[in-house]
Amino acid sequence: MIPVSHILILSATLFFIGMYGFVTRKNLITMLMSLELMLNSVNINFVAFNKYLYPGKLDGIFFTIFIIAVAAAEAAVAISIIINLYRTHKTIDVGAATELKH
Amino acid sequence: MGGYEHTLWTLFLPVISFVLLGLFGRKYFSKSAGLIGVFLLLLTTALSLYTAYQYFFVNGLVDGIYQKIDAFKFTWLTFSPGVSIDMGIMLDPISVMMLVVVSSVSLMVHIFSLGYMKGEERFATYYSFLGLFTFAMLGLVVSSNLFQMYMFWELVGISSYLLIGFHFQRPSAVAASKKAFIVTRFADLGFLIGILMLAFYGGSLDFNTIIQHLSAQQSSAYLAATTASFLGVTALTWGLTLVFMGGAGKSAMFPLHVWLPDAMEGPTPVSALIHAATMVVAGVYLVARLFPLYALNGASLEIVLNVGLFTALFAAIIACTQTDIKRVLAYSTMSQIGFMMFALGVSGTQGEQGLGYTASMFHLFTHAFFKSLLFLGAGAVIHFVHSNEMKDMGGLRKWMPLTHLAFLIACLAIAGIPPFAGFFSKEEILLATYNKSIWVYAIALITSGLTAFYMFRLYFSIFWRKEYNGHSHPHEGTMSMKIPLIILAVCSALVGLIPFGKFVSVGNQPQETHFHLMFSILPIIIGVAGILIALLMYKKENDRPQNMAQAFGNFYRAAKNRFYMDELYLFVTKNIIFKWVGRPSAWFDRKVVDGSMDEIANLTLETSKAIKGLQSGKVQRYAMYFFGGIAFLIILFVYILK
Repeated sequence: MIPVSHILILSATLFFIGMYGFVTRKNLITMLMSLELMLNSVNINFVAFNKYLYPGKLDGIFFTIFIIAVAAAEAAVAISIIINLYRTHKTIDVGAATELKH
Repeated sequence: MGGYEHTLWTLFLPVISFVLLGLFGRKYFSKSAGLIGVFLLLLTTALSLYTAYQYFFVNGLVDGIYQKIDAFKFTWLTFSPGVSIDMGIMLDPISVMMLVVVSSVSLMVHIFSLGYMKGEERFATYYSFLGLFTFAMLGLVVSSNLFQMYMFWELVGISSYLLIGFHFQRPSAVAASKKAFIVTRFADLGFLIGILMLAFYGGSLDFNTIIQHLSAQQSSAYLAATTASFLGVTALTWGLTLVFMGGAGKSAMFPLHVWLPDAMEGPTPVSALIHAATMVVAGVYLVARLFPLYALNGASLEIVLNVGLFTALFAAIIACTQTDIKRVLAYSTMSQIGFMMFALGVSGTQGEQGLGYTASMFHLFTHAFFKSLLFLGAGAVIHFVHSNEMKDMGGLRKWMPLTHLAFLIACLAIAGIPPFAGFFSKEEILLATYNKSIWVYAIALITSGLTAFYMFRLYFSIFWRKEYNGHSHPHEGTMSMKIPLIILAVCSALVGLIPFGKFVSVGNQPQETHFHLMFSILPIIIGVAGILIALLMYKKENDRPQNMAQAFGNFYRAAKNRFYMDELYLFVTKNIIFKWVGRPSAWFDRKVVDGSMDEIANLTLETSKAIKGLQSGKVQRYAMYFFGGIAFLIILFVYILK
């Protein structure tokens, strides 16, 4: 059986790759993908802990499915925002949208 | 006891005059304002006289005493059951007497002003202020409790302020009105503290209840008030002295008198009404109202006696040297109020010993008539000579015979020559002081001699002395200016014959005032002597006044400069209060109070300048802060604060 630490290392790696992508990429689509990576790393954690700590229960699995569903909805919203941004700014570069500052 | 509903109207009618003329006067009644005011005041006076008639003759004596009657009473503010402030009308001999005095003098002044203030731009405003004053003064005298009295006291103060500053285009009038307001306000601070102390120990604001509680020597309230002490003086004495301070401020007693001479900046009829006959005697009235307490408390009565006596003499000396005729009258008013005060000061509470109280009230009554007559006469003179200075007058008796006659009667009355009004009241005061102490009597006698001297100095300077050679042509005024002079002259000549002790006395129990022929010889001789000296010095132009002034030298100069009291006040306020209190507190306000607020605002501004770069609008920057923050919190909670 694979020790839990391996899985946690995988999840942490995925999370930080996602985080790195989120803060460095300027393209919103790439940022969205990075965000999905971070969500999935969390999902892996849920599944792993469910299996190793409470093998008889399914709570962790359900939560994972719930997160996937929410992530899908969120992607839909995010993409619609991106499309709107493209319409108004003619770009999907995140650096172009700094109106909040003013 | 019912049947006094109409008394309430004596208060309402002047209010109607005030509101009506104050709001609509300038637009709709600019000509008829005076007639409206006179008409309403006529009704008020009629009602007051009717009230007096009803009180003294219809209700009359019950069990040998004039009862106190609550004509009207309602609970105004209720704090908790049993603790409340009432408003009411209380009738007893002195308040009924004051009702008559205030309303009738006010009526005379209303009528006189028809001619005197004619053509004035703010004619209607003037009448509305007179209405306000009359209302406030009537409210003051019929007050049933200390708090109500205090409210009307302040209303009287504000209307006095408004009327002194009526010619607000003149800087001196503005300064005088401010001075009057500030000095009396300062005194009223003492009054307020005194009221609170009396109310605290007496357990009520109601006059009757306070007097009842604090004059029963076995009661717990009296014991509490006399055992508690501050600086070795009992709480009761403090309370009464502070209340007297308020009274002294209004009544222009030394050393709070400085405002009264300056208050002569107001129109002369106003001086006659407010600063001679009614408002300035409010202090005497206040002491008389609380007299049972003062009489029990020797220390505070002593203060009343000494302050009154000193002011009487002090003001009389100054009056001998002034050349502005209104100022002479102002100092004479101070001196006469001093008489009333020390007459209260020598009074006891029982029978014969209570003569001082009766005498004081009697003098208040007669003084109101002859002093307002003097002021109105002076007003008529000033109106036609256009000057307040004696040197611009002289020889006016040929031009203004009626005014001359009225003025002469008033002067004889105030000098205490029988059978004019002042003789009887001054006589009683002297008798009361004689029974108490020979020293007080001696000073009172000297002062009454001085009174005769300076009044006739004034009289001769205005009406004799030289032929009138001014530019204007003085003549008698209109009918409206003559009538009040005639009425008041008749009153000044006759009111002394009223057996006053039968109506007003210390226990509200009618008293026979005996007339001692032998006793009155000395005061009359002194009075006549004063008149003769004035006759020698001022009837014809000569150099005796200068010689006299030179003989007195520095003393004369000091008196002419009013004993430098104004300079002393200026010195104290400017060099001591402003310098050592005013400026440091201004500095503290600017630097510490304002400064700390400014500093807080600055700090916020600086901080925001420093950190506003953080809000870049770049999402990824925010995400960095977010992750950094989480990392920081994780390190903090997991490793450092575990």
